[in-house]
Amino acid sequence: MKTVVALAFRSLISRSATVMLSVAAIAVSVTLLLGVERIRTETRNSFANTISGTDLVVGARSGSIPLLLYSVFRIGNATNNISWQSYRELASDPAVAWTIPLSLGDSHRGFRVLGTNTDYFQYFRYARTRSLSFTEGKRFDDVFDAVLGAEVADALGYSVGDQVVIDHGVGRIGFASHKDKPFRVSGILARTGTPVDRTVHVSLGGIEAIHIDWRSGAPAPGLRIDAERVRGMDLQPRAITAFMVGLKSRFATFTVQRKINEYRPEPLLAILPGVALQELWSLMGTAERALSAISVFVVVTGLIGMVTMLLSGLNERRREMAILRAVGARPAHIFSLFLLEAAFIAALGAVLGLGLLYLLLGVAQPVIESTYGLFIAIGAPTSTDLIYLGAVIVAGVLAGIVPAFRAVRLSLADGIIVRS
Amino acid sequence: MTNAVEISNVIFQWPTGKTPVLDIPEFSVGTGERLFVSGSSGSGKTTLLNLLGGVAVPDSGAVSVLGTRLDKLSSAQRDSFRADHVGVIFQLFNLVPYLSLVENVLLPCRFSARREAQATATDGDPVSAARRLLSRMGLSSDLFAGRSVTDLSVGQQQRVAAARALIGAPELLVADEPTSALDEDARQSFLDLLFESVAAEGQTLILVSHDRRLEAMFDRHVVLADLNHAAIRQVPE
Repeated sequence: MKTVVALAFRSLISRSATVMLSVAAIAVSVTLLLGVERIRTETRNSFANTISGTDLVVGARSGSIPLLLYSVFRIGNATNNISWQSYRELASDPAVAWTIPLSLGDSHRGFRVLGTNTDYFQYFRYARTRSLSFTEGKRFDDVFDAVLGAEVADALGYSVGDQVVIDHGVGRIGFASHKDKPFRVSGILARTGTPVDRTVHVSLGGIEAIHIDWRSGAPAPGLRIDAERVRGMDLQPRAITAFMVGLKSRFATFTVQRKINEYRPEPLLAILPGVALQELWSLMGTAERALSAISVFVVVTGLIGMVTMLLSGLNERRREMAILRAVGARPAHIFSLFLLEAAFIAALGAVLGLGLLYLLLGVAQPVIESTYGLFIAIGAPTSTDLIYLGAVIVAGVLAGIVPAFRAVRLSLADGIIVRS
Repeated sequence: MTNAVEISNVIFQWPTGKTPVLDIPEFSVGTGERLFVSGSSGSGKTTLLNLLGGVAVPDSGAVSVLGTRLDKLSSAQRDSFRADHVGVIFQLFNLVPYLSLVENVLLPCRFSARREAQATATDGDPVSAARRLLSRMGLSSDLFAGRSVTDLSVGQQQRVAAARALIGAPELLVADEPTSALDEDARQSFLDLLFESVAAEGQTLILVSHDRRLEAMFDRHVVLADLNHAAIRQVPE
């Protein structure tokens, strides 16, 4: 057997140009397979990390996915609001530890504006236990202070002290803008890889202030209240869009959820963000599975390339097989020789593919993080990676059965004398 | 046991063929004999050599090599019998292109423990045996290292093949047109060296060729067509 291993090795080296092409095809396909798997896992993790530590998300009654989308992902719009009174009442429930009010509906140059209070900076958690931190400046303090997510600041080139004019509505270009009451950037948040990066945060009072002289979504004619006068007015909001709830004890989750869902004064919906995230992810699972299927087929293509190479070289190698038979090689030796060649190619392809993956990750990691806010950790190969690599090598060996079998058949027909 | 090869009433037919390609009622080769078998293409020499090498078995009849009935052995047993006792030289392309000279010569030792043991017994280790045989076949040792066998001339390649057939002293040497690709001078010196080695080891040599000029150098000459009653089809060369 040692002899056959050495023979297979030497034989491959002697044909290194074509062999390396086969190896490269398998390596690239393995990189794709592992890369897709890696991105899939990281995306799922990052998705699940969007919101942590929040027990319930409450909004006007709709579906759990729309509520999750507009409250957490800032996608789409709420169908209805929650009255301030209901919010206060539910927030004062003895089981509730904290709440974060969310008021949505305005935007700044395509980025959503979120009205909230300073509890947001204290209680909001993502990626399990991480809380928000500032790279520059501090929380909003004044009515017209704004805190920018990292991507907003990057994309628009803002720094602390700059003026921000909020547009009414959420289109890329607002129908109308609140230019009479500009905000001042008070702080910029560190990058989180979550929708927080794409959000402009202001106080609930700020949201109230810019709409104080508006009626039914438009500036009220004849009514102009300037920024300085607004500060002196009562800026208690009449309604908010949604709120996040942290409970004193997790065991109370379902009780509080039921209480909110059955709340008499207005129809509300409380969802468990983890459950809703799962639901949403399963909707996206089809695309994810399609990607995996494609990468598996690319690996199959690579292996077919290898089999083609081994089969096409077979006729030129009939002499070689006759020589080996003449010096005492059995058909089993011939079979193992070809099987081992396939195994070497597949194994080398798998290992190089893994190497290529790390190379690409090293190059692409900062780009992916800054472009998509997706942090892909570069660690040791996971057990899934190893299973995939093993599967590729096993598939390579199985594919090698085809040329190995043909080689034995040819060699048995030829004997030790190949007719020239 | 005086005969290295004994064949009686052998009939061999390809599974797809209608008539036998080989029908040899009686054929024997004495131990240490140098036998020249002449035969043109189509006379059944390929099949005869495959039978002697234990790669093919007759449909009926007995093939006995060194007293062992090859037709009674399993194919695995025949493979190891060939590895242990038979050295083969082909007409052309005798060498595995991706192995060095010495590695090519060593191949039989890789598949036969017996030949490895014999090479070790005579020369201390198989590599020394290979180097000695290559030198004896007139190949200078500066050819041994690193050179690809495909760089060798045909004459040099045939000498490497002879060294490989001789290593570990197999009792029977079978050569199929080993000189037909060589020019006059190369042919003569190749055969001289081959005979010298065979005489030194006391091996039995069966050489098949259509070149009747070689005949005079051998102990005995048989025409395969006389031997083989099935050889009726005459394929022009």
